[in-house]
Amino acid sequence: MSCCGPTPGYDELDEVSRLVSAKLAGFLKTLRDSGFVVGLHEGRDAAALMAAGFVARPGLLRSAFKHLFSARKSDWEKFDGLFDAFWLGKRVRSRSLTMGSTKAANSPSLKSLQDNKSERSGNEAATDQVPSTDDAPEHQSGEGRMEGASRADNLAEIDFRKLADPAQIEQAHDVAARLAKAMRTRLTRRDLARRRGYRLDLRRTIHGNISHGGVPIDLVKRQRKQKPLRLVMLLDASGSMSMYTGVFLRFIHGVLDEFREAEAFLFHTRLAHVSDAMKEKNASRALDRLSMLAQGAGGGTKIGESLQTFNRWHAARVIHSRSCVMIVSDGYETGDAKLLGREMAALAKRCRRIVWLNPMMAWQGYAPEAAGIRAALPHVDLYAPANTLKSLTELEPYLAKL
Amino acid sequence: MKNREEIAQALAACGYIADAELATAISLMQLLRRPLLLEGEAGVGKTEVAKALASVHATELIRLQCYEGLDQSAALYEWNYQRQLLSIQAHRGEDADAIEDQIFSEKYLLERPLLAAIRRAKPPVLLIDEIDRADDEFEAFLLELLSDFQVSIPELGTISATSIPHVVLTSNGTRELSDALRRRCLYHYVDYPDVDREARIIMARIDGAGASLSLQIAQMVENIRKEELRKVPGVAETLDWAAALVGLDVRDLLETPETVHETLMCLLKTHEDRSRVSREVTERLLGKVA
Repeated sequence: MSCCGPTPGYDELDEVSRLVSAKLAGFLKTLRDSGFVVGLHEGRDAAALMAAGFVARPGLLRSAFKHLFSARKSDWEKFDGLFDAFWLGKRVRSRSLTMGSTKAANSPSLKSLQDNKSERSGNEAATDQVPSTDDAPEHQSGEGRMEGASRADNLAEIDFRKLADPAQIEQAHDVAARLAKAMRTRLTRRDLARRRGYRLDLRRTIHGNISHGGVPIDLVKRQRKQKPLRLVMLLDASGSMSMYTGVFLRFIHGVLDEFREAEAFLFHTRLAHVSDAMKEKNASRALDRLSMLAQGAGGGTKIGESLQTFNRWHAARVIHSRSCVMIVSDGYETGDAKLLGREMAALAKRCRRIVWLNPMMAWQGYAPEAAGIRAALPHVDLYAPANTLKSLTELEPYLAKL
Repeated sequence: MKNREEIAQALAACGYIADAELATAISLMQLLRRPLLLEGEAGVGKTEVAKALASVHATELIRLQCYEGLDQSAALYEWNYQRQLLSIQAHRGEDADAIEDQIFSEKYLLERPLLAAIRRAKPPVLLIDEIDRADDEFEAFLLELLSDFQVSIPELGTISATSIPHVVLTSNGTRELSDALRRRCLYHYVDYPDVDREARIIMARIDGAGASLSLQIAQMVENIRKEELRKVPGVAETLDWAAALVGLDVRDLLETPETVHETLMCLLKTHEDRSRVSREVTERLLGKVA
């Protein structure tokens, strides 16, 4: 849709408005750098607004631009700060908000906004990740393919903690991605088998039989639409889990890529929604963005509080009746175990299944005696060990059964 | 109507108390001819915006309620098959072309909201309610309609808009909307109103609610919203409660704590919340009300 007012051509502009439009272009760039989706249309409409006299009143201009450029609540909330910083020269939060800054262009918005906060937290989440895996050799072609498969089998038995070799890690990641794919296709196949109408659609039947003069010869039936399962993953990124976080992150990456509907969260002492950062196609860049989000990873765990945040702010949007929640955690709760129990009960009411994967379970002599895990277990549908790839593979039939 | 003060006044005259930002949004809607996407918690009065807008423009409100599985035949148009069949039977033996021309004429076309909205003489307000409940496919289709404002019906040809409707979309955020749709729209996040505005809303909507009582009610609701609740009461609930209190002849909340506690069922809609706000909590919250 175009704006209705006349858009001034660049040539007709006098010196002042030329400056203004250059400045506007800079502002659009700043917005794009901060994650706003701003296209040419918006730019043109903005210019029209400025020409229409909004410039004279900064408050009004800000409000108008806010409506025009925001597309979601997060944009809505950070817009005022960006506007003030750019047009009114107030210094807020970020240091890379200068006009047309090329530095900001290379880094995602989250980074620029959280820069100052994350400096102290470091990159714990990424340290066990070995980011150099991207250039590790692939075992894909010809004969090597067979070998690769058997090697994967072999690998499947090794505890994740013992995976240090980058190539092996790469392979583990491949398996995770493949597994996610397999889960999805399993679901789709089930979907097809069920496609048989159980109820007559009278309206469409009449429509379809007009050519027979209305005699219902070809019947049209209604079928219940099968929708894909949504997988919501909550990954514990605390210190006690640091051995496993890396591989599970990669697994989540695979899940987000392969499932039609999936969401991912990280939690330690607080909860972070990481789906958007993880959907970044480039794995190492995803990790980079992630490490910004996961400030304080590697510390203690407050599962109960994290779940409370999840239930309160995210569950209504993320979870529906066909959702399976997968919690990956060792269950060592430093917060209130009772709270955890209560929040698990609330979560169980909302979603279809809760799977709790516990990497510690495979350890010899491990029993779920921590207060946290004891409070949570009654509400869990499946409690399984997941420290090896094989144990992840074993989940596949369970998920397909849902 | 161009500037936002006029718009805010006109909305207030229709019983909708808007904040300055919403008035700006509505003036931009007219200026830029873009649809307005409203997001916010349930019960903050998103749908009311469209209703008020319709009465401000003194025009018709056409509402499309979205749901899972909503398709073109329910949203755009459909042929009246039964009538077509009857017509075929009645004109049996006549020229086939003539019958065909007849049964695919406007007379046999069932107008659904989207088609209705672009065929009015005076631009109506088109409210597409809870767009997040519709499927992705429908969203894509809607996008096309919102950019071209024309519909092609194979048997009839292309119908272009006689007037461009004022489009308001609402979303509760149960599903993430596509970037394309978001980009096409102006965005406004509707938040819970502040005490002052809520009090004015109560006064505008409930007959017999005086200024001091309205302010007390608004303060009390604000306090309740700060409690840890499963379902935070919206403006609709506030109005229910105010109506109940006025109906029970309450003049001052502080004088009738019993009635206040007993009528809280208008605000608190789950068992858990109800038991959390006990008599003591009610009294504590009332204590903060001036």
